[in-house]
Amino acid sequence: MKRHLLSAGDLTRDDAELILSTAAELRELADRPIKKLPALRGRTVVNLFFEDSTRTRISFEAAAKRLSADVINFAAKGSSLSKGESLKDTALTLEAMGADAVVVRHGASGAPHRLANSGWVRSSVVNAGDGTHEHPTQALLDAFTMSRHLGTGPKGSLDGRRIAIVGDVLHSRVARSNALLLHTLGAEVTLVAPPTLFPVGVESWPVEISYDLDAVIPKADAVMMLRVQRERMSGGFFPTAREYSRRYGLDGRRMATLQDHTIVMHPGPMVRGMEITADVADADRSVIVEQVTNGVAVRMAVLYLLLGGSEPAVGGEE
Amino acid sequence: MSTYWIKNVSILGGAPTDLLLANGVIERVGAGISTSSTTEGVEEIDGTGLIALPGLVDLHTHLREPGREDAETVESGTRAAAMGGFTAVHAMANTEPVADTAGVVEQVWRLGREAGYCDVYPVGAVTVGLAGQQLAELGAMADSAARVRVFSDDGKCVSDAVLMRRALEYVKAFDGVVAQHAQEPRLTEGAQMNEGPLSGRLGLAGWPAVAEEAIIARDVLLAEHVGSRLHVCHVSTAGSVELIRWAKGKGVDVTAEACPHHLLLTDDLAATYDPIYKVNPPLRSTADAEALRAGLADGTIDIVATDHAPHPHEDKDCEWAAAAFGMLGLETALSIVQQTMVDPGLLDWAGVADRMSAAPARIGRVADHGRPIAEGEPANVVLYDPAATRVIDPAETQSLSRNTPYRGMELPGRVVATFLRGKATVLDGKIQ
Repeated sequence: MKRHLLSAGDLTRDDAELILSTAAELRELADRPIKKLPALRGRTVVNLFFEDSTRTRISFEAAAKRLSADVINFAAKGSSLSKGESLKDTALTLEAMGADAVVVRHGASGAPHRLANSGWVRSSVVNAGDGTHEHPTQALLDAFTMSRHLGTGPKGSLDGRRIAIVGDVLHSRVARSNALLLHTLGAEVTLVAPPTLFPVGVESWPVEISYDLDAVIPKADAVMMLRVQRERMSGGFFPTAREYSRRYGLDGRRMATLQDHTIVMHPGPMVRGMEITADVADADRSVIVEQVTNGVAVRMAVLYLLLGGSEPAVGGEE
Repeated sequence: MSTYWIKNVSILGGAPTDLLLANGVIERVGAGISTSSTTEGVEEIDGTGLIALPGLVDLHTHLREPGREDAETVESGTRAAAMGGFTAVHAMANTEPVADTAGVVEQVWRLGREAGYCDVYPVGAVTVGLAGQQLAELGAMADSAARVRVFSDDGKCVSDAVLMRRALEYVKAFDGVVAQHAQEPRLTEGAQMNEGPLSGRLGLAGWPAVAEEAIIARDVLLAEHVGSRLHVCHVSTAGSVELIRWAKGKGVDVTAEACPHHLLLTDDLAATYDPIYKVNPPLRSTADAEALRAGLADGTIDIVATDHAPHPHEDKDCEWAAAAFGMLGLETALSIVQQTMVDPGLLDWAGVADRMSAAPARIGRVADHGRPIAEGEPANVVLYDPAATRVIDPAETQSLSRNTPYRGMELPGRVVATFLRGKATVLDGKIQ
């Protein structure tokens, strides 16, 4: 594996499978009374969040702590975009504190890439969501969750599985990372959105695209709903929230057209009543809460592998 | 003032001959110059292998003074210009304060005269404060000592159609031209890079070609309707070239410029997320760059203009979205034109002299620049060695800024000497 995790597209199939199999081992910890391993004792992980995020930051914090790393949370409200301290100076500060890994969430696409490649820091950089670019650990936890429910063979392969990703593809870093990773893992991805919420050039992505949710979901093995931010409405991407829900929301009627084994996913936070109704979100086939649990295991695997764990994460002697 | 006897030099790529520069003019041209015909103290320059071109004229330079003297001053910018072979530059109006009054344009003009490296022709703002609301006092700037003839809100588009129409009409009174920064504002809100497959993948807000082309289409129709002269700044797309070709075919009085970086560089560089490649208009596709070269070769694009845009280090040493738009260009323009146009056979040196000197001088109504290299003409001459190569080192620039996208690249050619009215501003490749 590379030293940084910036894009899901950087992962080879071997890399991705190694992360997922490591996560599977670490996932067992969640069911143990003592959830902590000594693997990263003495190492420092910095959570550098320029954007508000509750679940991702907590997930990374839990992951690092369960590996016995020291965790520093750095909530840099107001990036250089708002004339605060620059990304560079923040990075130099963290470097001076001896960070081994920097987990960065930033509103500007490519900010983690800059952090990793500009020579400002030596530590490993993990992209925890950058602008409208990528969110690779979200894609990994999604693939992990799918693998547990839909995977075949000893590795839980997703080969040939049909995944529908529905919603604001244009602004979604989750959609980008998932499209890349799921393609690498052999799944067949269909993106569903109104034409205004696809980026120009989406035809060049390794996915199918559709404007018709009803045509896609009966064939899907997993349906992933993306959050639609209400502020998109003022951008004129669709006429009203109601029309969006009617055409692209997952409700009980549409859920009835799914195959029995099909799972429903959402990266959160959900806007209940907008892209997903409450009865769907709380249905048995919904794995939304499990995604959160799996997120910790996947992030443990990522931190462990990036920080040079060549020994097995679980069962290795100190 | 020194007298220079340039021996065995090739004028516009022609057969080697001699040039005598004395008293601010080209006194003699031809192999027949003998020492007896020259005065005492003549300085001889071996011109073997060198091309003589008329001093280059840039219609689009940001000198940043007044207001951003940390990025560039008139003096540092004109030193960079001289190093690039320029003897005249047009200084864009987006300074602080904006060059929208006679007072500011006269200040910039005077600073240029005092520096002495290059003639500085200030560009006047079209609208007060570049705000796009109300015409600036264009006549006062035209009548000032700076004799402004080019008006532009560059950096911002005169997007209001009525205001653009009035500006086009109004400048006819003093033979001015409106140089439009063609960027439909609503289509480019928050835009970061060329809209295409790569912008979608990188998650950088797209800057569609149509945002440029829609304004150009409107403006050539307006210019035709009111019978005015229009100049289009930094054309960057194949569609724009096509529209300008169509307008010229209809007889519209439109001229257009292309920037060296749009001839050479393409949008795939944005994948580095290094904002050294962030520029307005953005780097486009390979097909766009090829269309610009073809347009420059066939005259659809009249001139090369640098859009030299210095920025302090901190404005580029950051994440892409936070960075400033723009790149240096004066010292590398001729090399890039050689690489993209001359070496592939799209343009000869006479063509270069037209696109980088005669035509921009004509558009800017500058009398003493862009003249032929002939006896009696002002001695504005650049000597260029097309066989040399150099690796671009930002530390070597005369600019106060370092934001060159060509860092580490090997480019052909080197300016050996630049003469402004017979005075050497560059000699042996060194600023004087």
